[in-house]
Amino acid sequence: MTVEPYEITQTKPSKSFAIEPSGAKPLRRFNPTRIMLYSVLLVAAVYYLLPLYVMMMTSLKGLPEIRLGNIFAPPVEITFAPWAKAWDTACTGLYCEGLKVGFWNSVKITIPSVVMSITIASVNGYALSNWKFKGSEVFFTILIFGSFIPYQVMLYPLVIVTRELGIFGSLQGVIFIHTIFGMPILTLLFRNYFAALPEELFKAARVDGAGFWGIFLKVLVPMSAPIFVVAVILQVTGIWNDFLFGVIFSGVKNFPMTVQLNNIVNTTQGVKEYNVNMAATLLTGAVPLAVYFFSGRFFVRGVAAGAVKG
Amino acid sequence: MNSISIRDLSLNFGEATVLDQLNLDVAEGEFLVLLGASGCGKSTLLNCIAGLLDLSEGQIIINGKNVTWAEPKDRGIGMVFQSYALYPQMTVRGNLTFGLKNAKVPRDDIEHRVNRAAQMLQIEPLLNRKPGQLSGGQRQRVAIGRALVRDVDVFLFDEPLSNLDAKLRAELRVELKRLHQKLRNTMIYVTHDQVEAMTLADRIAIMRDGVIQQLADPFTIYNQPVNKYVASFIGSPAMNFLDGAYGVDGQPSFTSDTLDIALGRYTFKTRAEDNRPIYLGIRPEHVWVGDAAQEQPFRSDISVEVVEPMGSDTLVWTSLGNQPFHFRMDGQATVNVGDRLPIGFDPVQASLFDKTSEIRL
Amino acid sequence: MSIAKRPNPLFRNLNAKIAALPMIATTLLVFLGCSIWTVIYSFSKSRALSLNEFVGFAQYERLFRTSRWLISMENIVIYGVLSLLISFVIGFILAALIDQKIRFEDTFRTIYLYPFALSFIVTGIVWQWILNPSLGIQETVRSWGFENFTFDLIANRGTVLYALLIAGIWQGTGFVMVLMLAGIRGVDREIWNAARVDGIPVWKTYLFVIVPMMRGVMVTTLVIVAAGIVKLYDLVVAMTQGGPGIASEVPAKYVYDFMFARANVGQALAASTVMLTTVLIILIPWVYLEYGKKKAQR
Repeated sequence: MTVEPYEITQTKPSKSFAIEPSGAKPLRRFNPTRIMLYSVLLVAAVYYLLPLYVMMMTSLKGLPEIRLGNIFAPPVEITFAPWAKAWDTACTGLYCEGLKVGFWNSVKITIPSVVMSITIASVNGYALSNWKFKGSEVFFTILIFGSFIPYQVMLYPLVIVTRELGIFGSLQGVIFIHTIFGMPILTLLFRNYFAALPEELFKAARVDGAGFWGIFLKVLVPMSAPIFVVAVILQVTGIWNDFLFGVIFSGVKNFPMTVQLNNIVNTTQGVKEYNVNMAATLLTGAVPLAVYFFSGRFFVRGVAAGAVKG
Repeated sequence: MNSISIRDLSLNFGEATVLDQLNLDVAEGEFLVLLGASGCGKSTLLNCIAGLLDLSEGQIIINGKNVTWAEPKDRGIGMVFQSYALYPQMTVRGNLTFGLKNAKVPRDDIEHRVNRAAQMLQIEPLLNRKPGQLSGGQRQRVAIGRALVRDVDVFLFDEPLSNLDAKLRAELRVELKRLHQKLRNTMIYVTHDQVEAMTLADRIAIMRDGVIQQLADPFTIYNQPVNKYVASFIGSPAMNFLDGAYGVDGQPSFTSDTLDIALGRYTFKTRAEDNRPIYLGIRPEHVWVGDAAQEQPFRSDISVEVVEPMGSDTLVWTSLGNQPFHFRMDGQATVNVGDRLPIGFDPVQASLFDKTSEIRL
Repeated sequence: MSIAKRPNPLFRNLNAKIAALPMIATTLLVFLGCSIWTVIYSFSKSRALSLNEFVGFAQYERLFRTSRWLISMENIVIYGVLSLLISFVIGFILAALIDQKIRFEDTFRTIYLYPFALSFIVTGIVWQWILNPSLGIQETVRSWGFENFTFDLIANRGTVLYALLIAGIWQGTGFVMVLMLAGIRGVDREIWNAARVDGIPVWKTYLFVIVPMMRGVMVTTLVIVAAGIVKLYDLVVAMTQGGPGIASEVPAKYVYDFMFARANVGQALAASTVMLTTVLIILIPWVYLEYGKKKAQR
């Protein structure tokens, strides 16, 4: 998929990823160097794929088979019972209702957080790129450097603030926190994208009498679909994978999937059901993995956002 | 009445002064070209007039209304940009009507204006296409149409032809001229291309470092540049500048180690003192060769160093009085390196500049 | 001629200013306000809520007498240095290999990057399982006949950190690789032609020509990865819970535990202030380099 936000101009918004390899000319098809090259790449690929394979195999085995002690062996007898249990009846601390509760909590947290954070950050990015005012760059710089501050530093005051607002330990609370901490990277993303669009377009819209919101909604947003896709991918994976904010701000009832997964696996009582654990792990990883495999280059652009400014 | 008046306009970005105490009056229906090298402030000035940049000092009056702090849409201007700046997600019709819809123009009126503009620019068949499906020339027509439908008295052009190839540029240039003759709107046109400036302008303002160097009709600019910068900026190939001193030995003359050129009927703007270092500028096309040279007040023999045939004419590089010198010959003439040729020119067609101030004498 | 007065600059672009309010509020109240609050109250006595009794550096003195904190600091330094080193080397090598006009480039890249899409919790649990001494790799290899094979990093106080490292590298190297690849491909193609004409071997070109030209990408990646390492928390919670004993504790976990589990807020705030200081030590030279340079160019 190509990510060309504005096909008319010659300027490409944001130096995205060159598609062509730039390295040395390819050597002949089969020579020792080439074989070495592919061997190294394949060994690395095995290292990266191994955990996924092990998870899959373990989750399809029965416990007795697991105790035989070969994590690489494919299941002799395939069973989906661990999956069913992980989803429906596994115990997460006090309750034994499985991961489905966490799944729906994560959905309830992720969707509003993504919408809120992207809405606010896109408007911020637009204001910063096209309507600079005195001090706007200063705020932006602090915002970006603020994103490097460890969350731990700001946690306690935020607990107090959300408690005062009456949203501590609720869905609103965790959504509020995600919106705040999504702001730096998303604002940077949108600001860079909008700043790379031809400035004349913005000027033309002003001459045409469109105001602040008119230009944003009627001119910029319709031509910025790619960057919104990138932002959605970035936020969906980021918020779905969050643990810290979920465990602190959402409240026991609303624990997201990651927190519940950790509770299932790391509870000390009872027999360890490794197959159920692995099924639960796969279930938790399924959403971001699906997003990753289906979005391809958009994800790459998202993770590299801001890091590669040229 | 003046269509546009600019009073003491200054613009600073931090400590950098981009425009400095600039004054400019544009008459109604005039085609004014702002010409200069990149970074001279010409586009900045245009953006100030359009209201796209806030000025630091000064006033801007358009059609008798002080619009210094008015929004771009309220200034009665239409603008055409270098990159066309068409909204990519809208059709051509959408692009033309966007401003009118924002201004809440009645629908019948919109329809009428769009049709009229489309007809005038011959873009009727394109109305339902998206900008991405158009060629560069078509896009620029649409962009002009977008200014046209606004029914305004003042058009601002920001290097509108720079993104087009040479052939299209020549075509659209003529079309713009026709459009101006038909509409008689005030037009301010920014370019770095001297051909566009010379061919289109009623008056040209040559800018440098945020200051207007000379504001005059193309003929005056070409023949009587006010300073050495203007003289070297206009004309291609560029004017020759001979380095020497002014002398009044019986009659005014230009002298260097090896040259002595009687200035004859040259019309001085200011008197220069004796022995003052000056430049003598003469355009390559004002130098005569061969028999024609015999009738010129100043004559000399040169030897040809480099020949550049261009087809319509031929450029010859040589030296005159040990200083580099070039001139233009008929394209059909055959010249070879090493040939000795008689040349001559009339100092009336020359320009003299003070060497330190570079101002015309 | 009428003279138009300059409008009040406060109301110029008022909409833009209103639109930027959430960002301004976040900047001032959260990133600046909350951080400053934490620093100030790290000097307070507080166990739970009454935060107003200030005790100077007492919390810090206690902090640096606590062996759990000292181990946490030591762990994060060792983990950080090794993690940076390894992920940069492997990330760059993978990027350079992928850059060799290989077939299935997209497939390889997709494989190397997918762990980055996963939660640290998922990563931690998977590797906890794979490294499990009684049923994981160790047992598997033993069942193949290598009876004396030992691979019990995770169960050993001295080596548990390397177990974390294996998981962390697995998750993070793909990210480094992607940025490196972008950096490599951002270098002008003409450079390659020039190097070929000069007869410089490919590996030398990478090492002595391309790498120095990628300074910007390298530094940015370094800062992002380093700032991420300081935050290391989820992985430890999911994989080792700080164990065995307190062998794999990290600062972020110390803060969390003292803040919520042990309700000793003053201690937690002091610890997080130390974390903040650490990040500033990484960040300030970078800011100085990036922005000082830009100013000098002007």
